[in-house]
Amino acid sequence: MALATRDAIGILADNLHKRGSVLPISARRATQWARELNLPRGGETVLYTGMMYQLIPYIERLVSLEERLGDSSLARLGGLARRVNRLVNGIALVARPPAGERAEYDRVPANVARLLQQAGVEFGYLYEDDLYAGALTYDLGAQEAVAAHARRVAGVFGEHGVREVITIDPHTTTMLRSVYPKLLDGFDVRVRSYLEVLAERDLPLDAPLAGEVVVHDSCVYARYENVIEEPRQLLAAAGLTVREPANARTSTWCCGGPAESLYPAKAAAVAAKRVEQLRAVAPDCVTMCPICLVNLRKAANGTVRFRDISEYLTEALVREQVPWVKAGDTRP
Amino acid sequence: MSTLLSRALVDELHQLGEFDAEACLNCGICSATCPLGIDLLPRRLFRYVVLGLGSRVREQSEAVFSCLLCRACEASCPAGVHITENVRLLRRWLLEGGP
Repeated sequence: MALATRDAIGILADNLHKRGSVLPISARRATQWARELNLPRGGETVLYTGMMYQLIPYIERLVSLEERLGDSSLARLGGLARRVNRLVNGIALVARPPAGERAEYDRVPANVARLLQQAGVEFGYLYEDDLYAGALTYDLGAQEAVAAHARRVAGVFGEHGVREVITIDPHTTTMLRSVYPKLLDGFDVRVRSYLEVLAERDLPLDAPLAGEVVVHDSCVYARYENVIEEPRQLLAAAGLTVREPANARTSTWCCGGPAESLYPAKAAAVAAKRVEQLRAVAPDCVTMCPICLVNLRKAANGTVRFRDISEYLTEALVREQVPWVKAGDTRP
Repeated sequence: MSTLLSRALVDELHQLGEFDAEACLNCGICSATCPLGIDLLPRRLFRYVVLGLGSRVREQSEAVFSCLLCRACEASCPAGVHITENVRLLRRWLLEGGP
């Protein structure tokens, strides 16, 4: 293999080992979404973001830099970049998304917290101990770094007495539910997506929505974790007519995102194809994964309106929103 | 080039983790369903592995690391091969092996 690819993956693994995330951001940034929600710290059941939505604006900054340099540019930076990164948090230097972008993605965990509250679910939050779950490094084959990190996350759960975790995105869900039990003997924390938790509750329907949306299934939810009916059930309960694209449910078509860190041009080509399938059905598309959302949104270039499922559910189901998390508000 | 029909590579992968590419029927459904449209993925790649052609696998590291791990291929595989886990294992083998 190209030595440079190993160095690029090494940077991500080093960050996970040294700084707790492939793209380290400060705990203040990662937990900012919760500042007005007064969520209790810890508890037997916790909402676990795995920092995925909060990281997206930073990932996007890095990817746009990489796109300007071409495919494999991260890899071409090679050993020098890895040596420098061990000393200095390079991400903090090059990825500085504006407050508006950060607020847009921060809105999702805030939406989910409010939805769970409305559904009567009791849960806490781990704040600075809500760590990235390690999905990218696991997918790239850096097994040793992921196993060490999984032990750290399991240790955090143990310290806080966590027995059940409610996740927000498919990648964190599959890491905690399907991968950690293979990496860690005796890991028996119950893991469910908030979509699964909400689907089994009788939600208050305050403001039913109207109109049609096309659903884009996440590959990980649909083909790894069998989360397929829940989003449809919730959207229908919110009053929306759910339409299916070509390649739906277990036949869903990837957004291309998983290739983005090393091969952004390939990722863009896959995303463009998916956007065509979705656009043929409806102008409004529902996503349920931050990577799908950002990758498809970029490929569509405004021709399809992509929104996270939590935005629709919040509009339909939540009685009293925290002012700054209202849809369209980009206040930091 | 590595010796043809050597089990050494497959045995090495079995030691790293669960690897079941030997069950591949070589039918090509996986390649036909791959969103990336890379003909190599995963059928020919697995054939290189089963034949012990480690050097050919290393030459194709870009294809190995391009895979989306989306399981579109796996959903259609008539032999039930755990394709994405095999690809993850090959990535690990490439990373942990020499340059």
